[in-house]
This record gives sequence, C-alpha cells and structure tokens, in this order.
Amino acid sequence: MIALIDYGMGNLHSVAKALEKAGGKVVLVKKPEELAQASRIVLPGVGAFRDCIGALNESGMDAAILDFIASGKPFLGICLGMQVLMDASYEFGQHKGLGLIPGVVKKFPDTHPEHGFKIPHMGWNDVVLASSSTPHPVLAPLAGKQVYYVHSYYCAPLNPAHILAACSYGEYPFAAAIGRDNFIGVQFHPEKSQKAGHDLLEAFLQWKP
Amino acid sequence: MLSKRIIPCLDVAHGRVVKGVQFVDIIDAGDPVEAAIKYDEQGADELCFLDIRASHESRDTLYHMVTEVAEHVFMPLTVGGGVKALGDIENLLHAGADKVSINTAALFTPELVKNAAERFGSSTIVVAIDAKRVEDENGGHWECFTHGGRKPTGINAVEWAKKMSDFGAGEILLTSMDADGTKAGYDIPLTRAVADAITANVIASGGVGTLEHMAEGLSAGRADAVLAASIFHFGTFTIRQTKEFLAARGIPVRLA
Repeated sequence: MIALIDYGMGNLHSVAKALEKAGGKVVLVKKPEELAQASRIVLPGVGAFRDCIGALNESGMDAAILDFIASGKPFLGICLGMQVLMDASYEFGQHKGLGLIPGVVKKFPDTHPEHGFKIPHMGWNDVVLASSSTPHPVLAPLAGKQVYYVHSYYCAPLNPAHILAACSYGEYPFAAAIGRDNFIGVQFHPEKSQKAGHDLLEAFLQWKP
Repeated sequence: MLSKRIIPCLDVAHGRVVKGVQFVDIIDAGDPVEAAIKYDEQGADELCFLDIRASHESRDTLYHMVTEVAEHVFMPLTVGGGVKALGDIENLLHAGADKVSINTAALFTPELVKNAAERFGSSTIVVAIDAKRVEDENGGHWECFTHGGRKPTGINAVEWAKKMSDFGAGEILLTSMDADGTKAGYDIPLTRAVADAITANVIASGGVGTLEHMAEGLSAGRADAVLAASIFHFGTFTIRQTKEFLAARGIPVRLA
C-alpha cells in the first residue's frame, strides 16, 4: 500500500487519483502508526513550509518518515514535500526541515517583469537529468519531456551529487529533483504533468532502490 | 525554457459545457469530462472552466463537476464564476481546482484577493479583468467593466492589474471587451501595457480568430499564456496545430 501523507493542508485528491491511475493502492495517512503497513510513501506539497513541517512535527510524522526512509523503503516528496527534505527554509522566517539533504530552500529573487521573470515560476518547463552513466530509474521516463511547476522557492543542495535533475527559470538554475539512496523529491507536480507525470509515478511504484 | 501556455476555456452552466463544443467524435458535447479529455489528448497546457450562470443553487453542481474533471485529467484546472468569498475559493480548491479566478468580487472587495493570496498562495489566485478602451483628454485609457462589458467602474484597468498583482494575485486573466467575439485578434496594446506593468503572469483573452493572433498575443503582447474558446470549441484549430504553428515562429511551447 502507498501511504499518501495527509497533513491537513488541502486537496490530495489529484495526487491520490494520479497514483491510482499509475497502478498504486493509495491510503491517506494522518498518524505515524498507520505507516506500519506502507510499502511506499508519497509526501505531497500543499501550503507553506512552516505549516507543513509544523504539522509533521505535531503529529510525530516527521520522526516516522525518517524511520521509514532509514528502513530503506521508497519515498517520494512532491514540491513542498521535496523542500522539507532539506535542512531549512527561508519561507516566512527560518524553519528547520527534515535534514536529509544538506542545504536550504531559497526564494527566487524578485526581478523587474521587463526581464520576463515572474514569481511564482508557474508553467511547463524542462527536467534535465543529471549526467551520469545511468539515469535515475524514477526520472528516466522524463528525458526530453516538460513537466508542470508552481513554486516561488527552490532547493539549493550543498552537494551537487544530490541534484538528480535540474531546470532553470530565466537565468536561475535550480534543482528539479533531489535525493539519494531510497528517497527522491521533485519540485514539479507529476499529478498535473499529464503523461510525463503518469510515467514518473509508474516508475516510482516500480522502483526497487 | 518555460513554455508559453495554451489554455482552452469552457463556459459551463449547471455543471454542463454550454458553448457549442463540436469535436467530431464526442458523444455528448455538453459533458465537461469528455471535453476535458479531448483537450488533454490534444496537449492543452491547462483548462479553464467559467461558470456563466453562477448562482448559489448551482454551486454544488459546479464542485461536483470540478471533482469529476480532476479525476480524469491530470493538468492544472482554473475555475471561476461567482467567486465572492474565501469559502468559495476553499470549496473549489477542495473540489479539485488548482486555481480560482475572481472577477467582479475583487472590484467590490479588493482585500478578498489579498486575503486569498495569503491563505491559499499566489499561484492559486487568478484575477479576471474585463477591460474596455474609453476616451479621455489624453487620448484614452482602458477601464474595468462589469456585467459582460456593460457597466463601467471608473477604474483604470492597467492600474487595477498592478494593484491586484501587488495584492498577491499570481495571474491576471485579461479580457478585452472591445476585441471579445470579433475574431480580429487580442488587444495587443492592452495586453502589452498590463504585462509590462506587473509581476504576475498575464493570460491574454478575447478576440482570437487565427493562429497568427495567438503568436501576436505571446510575442508583441508579452502574455505568458493565451486563452481561447471558440476557435478550439468549433474545431477551427486543434491545440496541437496551434502549438506547431507557434513553435515554427520560435515561441517556446510544450509539444507533448
């Protein structure tokens, strides 16, 4: 069963439906003990960083997620669910993340619209897979495709090896996907990325890290 | 590179598509799910549903429709029509909308936009502006109108767009009431004036009749996205044809 973490921040319907369409059996999970049955976790992204990490702290889900990842089972974070993997974020003050990837979450600089640079970064953009001999199995189906992004903040990992795919907004490159071992986080929304997103979710469901 | 977005717009009433959708192989032209699936197959970047008969009684029908559509297509959905309060926005987001468009209510209570952006995030809040050219001693300006372009508000449309952008709206859905329905092209000076004045995204709307018009809205008009209803509904052009045309013009689009 795929545990879709519900931290009370909004509609998880489209993520749940997209996972089901990709062949997953999805259960919405609010309490840490419910993770015992889970073979995979998806942490979706809704709301602001402080609210998300605050809700995870309060329910004890933060520790449960860390235990789950330490057990070696596959984890996927989407958008904010990716950003909480980092050490900290500067969205509405500084807030501590799960600390699985060294580095912080930063805001795109505000630039005059004449330069065509608008916040949030919203729309379809590239996913450039990190150059290595074998592409990450979850990201491999995305080669040459575009995916849907909506975000004003982005992850800046200190170790380039943690950046699994990149994208750039105007002149600013940022991490489109991060991760190591058995966990991965993506900045874009697979559940809104039509076929490309479907293919990623299918690959995640088949991933054996 | 970030792609320019092509957004088909569907007018709905009581949970049904009301402008004549004439896809040849569609069984029920009024079915929003079927129309959404068709546009999904053609590679639309986003879908926009506007409830033109927004009434209190028909809200539940609209929410139900949004949920149905969101279960079948996996792309961003913008929904608007009769949005008056934070509760309306919350209900639409919970039903499965990704963005909610606020029109008249923003003119009466601008703080709604500010509060909505703070609560739900800028990327979920679209402000729809219906603008019309009016003459003045300096040669003219654009003004916000309500009631389908019949009632003037005295509010300068470019200044209003700037205010809404500053209040946190992530996108401005800009419709020229002069161009709407003419098929003579978007109002390029209006689109350009707004796009250059604000940090929010601009969706050009109203007047598109040819693929050349789409290209103009995105290049000369500097819009981030173009919205069209009839040329897609009546099958004049498919989304794919539109994108191939734009790509040949060097405009970045997603060729799915």
